[in-house]
Amino acid sequence: MDRISLTLKVWRQKGPSEPGRLVSYELKDISTHMSFLEMLDVLNEQLIHKGEEPVEFDNDCREGICGMCSLVINGLPHGPQKSTATCQLHMRKFRDGETITIEPFRAKGFPIIKDLVVDRSAFDRIIQAGGYVSMNAGGAPDANNIPIAKEIADEAMDAAACIGCGACVAACPNASASLFTAAKISQLALLPQGHPERKRRARAMVAQMDAEGFGDCSNHAECEAVCPKNISILHIARMKREYLRTIFTA
Amino acid sequence: MSPFLSSLWSSVGKKAMMGLTGLLMIGFLVEHLIGNLLLVFAEPATFNRYAHALTSMGGVLIVAEWILIIILAAHVVSAISVSLGKMRARPEGYKKKASAGPPSRKSVSSMTMIYTGIVLFIFLILHLNTFKYGPNYTTEVDGVVMRDLYKLVYEVFAQPGYTVGYVVIMTLLGFHLRHGFWSAFQSLGLNHPNYYKTLNTLGIFVALLLAFGFIGIPIWIYLSS
Ligand code: HEM
Ligand code: SF4
Ligand code: FES
Repeated sequence: MDRISLTLKVWRQKGPSEPGRLVSYELKDISTHMSFLEMLDVLNEQLIHKGEEPVEFDNDCREGICGMCSLVINGLPHGPQKSTATCQLHMRKFRDGETITIEPFRAKGFPIIKDLVVDRSAFDRIIQAGGYVSMNAGGAPDANNIPIAKEIADEAMDAAACIGCGACVAACPNASASLFTAAKISQLALLPQGHPERKRRARAMVAQMDAEGFGDCSNHAECEAVCPKNISILHIARMKREYLRTIFTA
Repeated sequence: MSPFLSSLWSSVGKKAMMGLTGLLMIGFLVEHLIGNLLLVFAEPATFNRYAHALTSMGGVLIVAEWILIIILAAHVVSAISVSLGKMRARPEGYKKKASAGPPSRKSVSSMTMIYTGIVLFIFLILHLNTFKYGPNYTTEVDGVVMRDLYKLVYEVFAQPGYTVGYVVIMTLLGFHLRHGFWSAFQSLGLNHPNYYKTLNTLGIFVALLLAFGFIGIPIWIYLSS
C-alpha cells in the first residue's frame, strides 16, 4: 500500500515546567515514501491550517549525520529501524491503521523545552570538559605520516561516528550517558594525538557526565541496540579502563 | 572527599567496586560449593573435620570474615546507590517503552539485579542464623570433640520447607550471576572484542554451575533422608 492512515499520540507540553500529556491526532493519506519527519511536517501543516500550535520537534540535516533529530517512537528512541536516526526512518515501516506513540527523550539530564524538544546541552558540556585535543594540530597530516594500525584506526573511526543524538541516554533504563561519553573518550584515546591528555580527559569527562545527573551504567546495552551509529559498549569498557588507569597510576 | 575516594564514588569507580566485590564473592561461593560437596560425597566425619578445621583457624578466620563483610558491604552500598541514582536520573518515565532487542543485553536478569540482590542479602542473614549460629550438636572424630554440623545440615534439609526455599533462592542467585558475571568484567574495563562472547558464555556457565550446585545439595539431602 502506498498510502496509509495513522493515529498519532504525541507528547504535548507547553514549556519546561508545564505538565504535559499525550494528544491523539488522526492522519489520513500518508505516503509510505515519506520520512517520519515529513509525516510530522504534514501533521504540523494541518495543525497550522486549523489555527492550532504545531508540534515542536528537533531536526536539522535530515540525512542522519547531525544528531539533531530525536523522538521515542513506540517506545524506541529513533523508532523501530535499527542503525537509523529518526530522520532516515520512513513510513513504509508502519502499517495502515497503526497507532504511533511519539514521546520526547526522557532524562533528568535532558530537560524538556517544549513538546518533543529536549535540551541536550549537557552533552556539549561533557565535550567542553575534555572531548578535544588542546594542541594546535595544524592542517590534515599527510596520509601514513603517523603510522596507525588498521584495526586501531577502524575502532577510532567507529567511535567517532557518534553524532551526539542522545538516543543512548533515552533508551537506557538508568538514563546513563556512558555510551556517548565513552565514544568521545575512546576516539581520542585510540589515536596518538589524544594520548598526552588522556588522563585529564577521562577524569574531566566522567566527572561532568556524573554532574549532569545521568544515571550509572548497569550494562544493559540498550544504548548500543538503539544507537543510529552502532556504537559498541566495548567503547564503554575502554572508558572504564581509561578512567581506572587514572586512579591507580600517577 | 579525597581524590581517591571521590574517584571510587564516581559512576565508573562505583561500578568497578561492585564488579570486583561481585567477582570476589563468586570466588567465595566456588570455594563454599566445593566444601559443601563433602556433604554429599564424603563421610560425616570428613565434612565435620573440614568445618572444624575452618572454625579452628582463630584469628585468620576472623580476619577472613571481616574481609567478606567489607566486600559484601561495598557491593551492597554501591548497588543501592546505583539503583537510587537511576530513579533520580529519569524522574518522569515513558508512557510506552519497548525493548530494543539484540545486541541489547537487557534481560530479566539485568533488570532485577537489585531485587535478586536484596533477596540474597536477607537469605544470607537467615542462612548464617540457621547454620553458623544454629543448634550446637557435638560429635567426636578421632578423639576430638567438635561441632556436628553434618547432623544439623541433614536435619534442616529433611524439612521440605527449607529445601524448597533454598531451591528458589539459589535460582535467584543464578539470575543474579547470569548478568553479574560478564557485567563485572565490563565494569572493570576488562571486556574486549576478543573476550566478549567468551565472557558471556562463561557467565551462563558460572550461573548454572553455582545455582545447580547449591540446589543439588539440599535436594540430595532431602531425598536421602
Ligand atoms: C547480598 C546482597 C546483594 C545485593 C543487594 C546485590 C546487588 C547487586 C546489584 C543491584 C547489581 C547490579 C548493579 C548494576 O546495576 O549494575 C549487582 C551486580 C553484581 N552482583 Fe550483586 N548483589 C548482592 C549479592 C551478590 C552476591 C552474593 C554475588 C556473588 C556471589 C553478587 C555478584 C554480583 C556481580 C558479579 C555483579 C556485577 C557487577 C557489575 O556489573 O559490575 N552479588 N549486585
Ligand atoms: S552513542 Fe549513538 S545513540 Fe549515543 S549519542 Fe552517539 S550516536 Fe547517539
Ligand atoms: S536530522 Fe540530522 S541526524 Fe537526523
